[in-house]
Amino acid sequence: MSTSPNRSGAAVGGGPGRTSGGGPRPAPRRALHRARAWLPGLLLVSPSILLIGVFVYGMIGWNLRLALSDKHAPIQEGEFVGLVNFVALWQEARWPAAVGNAVVFTVVFVGGALVLGWLLGLLLDKGIRGEPVFRTLFLAPMAVSFIATGVVWRWLMNPAPAERATGLNALFVHFNLDFLVNDWWTAPDLGMAAMALPAIWQLAGYIMALFLAGFRGVPEELREAARVDGCSEWGVYRHVVMPQLRPVLLSAVIILGHMSLKVFDLIIAIAGQQIVADVPAVYMWAMVFEVRDPAKGATIASYLLFAVALFVVPYLVWTVRKERSEGR
Amino acid sequence: MSVQSAPDRVTAPGGRAAGTTRRGQAVRFAVLFALAVLFLLPMYVLLVTGFKPFAEATAARAWSPPQTWSTEGWAAAWEALSSGLRNSVAVAVPSAAVSAVLGSMNGFVMARWRFPGADTVFTLFLFGMFIPYQAVMIPLQQMLVGANLMGGVFPLILAHTVYGIPICTLIFRNYYASIPRTLIEAARVDGAGMLRTYASVVLPVSAPAFAVTLIWQFTSAWNDFLFAVFLTGPNSWPVTVQLNNVAGSMVVPYNQQMAAAVLASLPTLVVYLVLGRYFMRGLMAGALKG
Repeated sequence: MSTSPNRSGAAVGGGPGRTSGGGPRPAPRRALHRARAWLPGLLLVSPSILLIGVFVYGMIGWNLRLALSDKHAPIQEGEFVGLVNFVALWQEARWPAAVGNAVVFTVVFVGGALVLGWLLGLLLDKGIRGEPVFRTLFLAPMAVSFIATGVVWRWLMNPAPAERATGLNALFVHFNLDFLVNDWWTAPDLGMAAMALPAIWQLAGYIMALFLAGFRGVPEELREAARVDGCSEWGVYRHVVMPQLRPVLLSAVIILGHMSLKVFDLIIAIAGQQIVADVPAVYMWAMVFEVRDPAKGATIASYLLFAVALFVVPYLVWTVRKERSEGR
Repeated sequence: MSVQSAPDRVTAPGGRAAGTTRRGQAVRFAVLFALAVLFLLPMYVLLVTGFKPFAEATAARAWSPPQTWSTEGWAAAWEALSSGLRNSVAVAVPSAAVSAVLGSMNGFVMARWRFPGADTVFTLFLFGMFIPYQAVMIPLQQMLVGANLMGGVFPLILAHTVYGIPICTLIFRNYYASIPRTLIEAARVDGAGMLRTYASVVLPVSAPAFAVTLIWQFTSAWNDFLFAVFLTGPNSWPVTVQLNNVAGSMVVPYNQQMAAAVLASLPTLVVYLVLGRYFMRGLMAGALKG
């Protein structure tokens, strides 16, 4: 490639401001010129494109191929069998139960973290003595691993009866609140609701931070205008602040939702592999490591991916488009 | 707002006139305080139980402070976790560094040196941030086994580096989007190529974004369990796996379990407490808000 006499011309983007002279340049030259402007950028990103291409999309494709095969033992070759595994999964008792558990967990966790986080944000919004301390405290669990959280919450939610009880049950007995004593996560029906408590504890502070940033992003003039119009303080929140927070709410739901569907560490740390607290991710782990059935593990993984992609993909496309149109 | 409430008005930090009465503030403070106490319960349990001698870490004395303070739980926990702590450092530091550097390059290009299709590539990258890692685990393991790369901490470094690229790219892209376009274009007009512009205009102002991504990546690599379980053997287990083994065993007494949980969490907690501002920005970037 010959060196261009005019490097900066290409760099600014070539474009319509072509200089006069001997008429328009031949089209291929122009395209080349323009490419010189953006090609280095593409090259700089190419290692990452390669890595993401192979390790995200390549692996997803590979996983899907496994899920569509009958490779039910690590040494087997595996033939293409279509959607057989995807259908067969629903015929097992364990899978629908695991999905049900994940649904209960998701509803309680997402709902609980949103409500508590929103409440904390609301309480802190106007500024209060010790605000930095409160903020630091409510956010701290976020810095800790689910495994460490699980260690202490398994102790807190220990279901052992009265005299052997540790944790919250012991505390309830001590304060004569025996009616509160319960089986926590070992309860067959709503045990997963208890399992969501540590997750709420861990993420509520994050939601608080999101809402707090959202609250404070609402211009004071807007609130003041509503007040002048005779809005009560609550009315200002209800009619002026809250509607502005829909994007925050949406990203909070996306973040919590995708975490919830793939919950794994927390379950393992609290319940280990007890069937009562089974979720898809734990089920998959068992299929890969104990039953050693790659096709089945891959099928479960695919279902997890679909579930997440279902709401994340539209969200991402919408966000990036919106940002672009706002001229970011 | 009624006239008689005016003397009671307080001014919030930042100078905004807060429309609440003093009594309203007292109520809010009380509710916050109560919630803070609830939030602190697990931390109280961790510390109190960790400092109990073995004989005292029982159900009967579950909630009482130790009668005699003891460090035996801590010593045992250190014994059980020290190799895992070393492995976690060996994984978290390099993977955070490499994905931050790659993220910085990507972010620069996607914000200020765009190529056709950059938005599509960016969206595809972002999806990598949300995928359940379960969907790549089996192939990743098979590939590493096939390439004879399993063993040691390398597989874990690789995984955290690659899957950290999306969030790092997002953070840097949003950060670089705030660099004035004119600054970049001036450099271009002056004849600076891409690398030159990146190195002498963009990199020098990147420190805050590097702080955010390094902290964010360090924390998530440190706290990860799933990759660790799939991709490492006993000699290269990071601290989360060791902690789970300690705590999952029936015979390990509570004082040691709690001490171990604190030990395993200390590095990220310290990072959070000392560099909280950057930690926060990472969190916010994770919410796609630049």
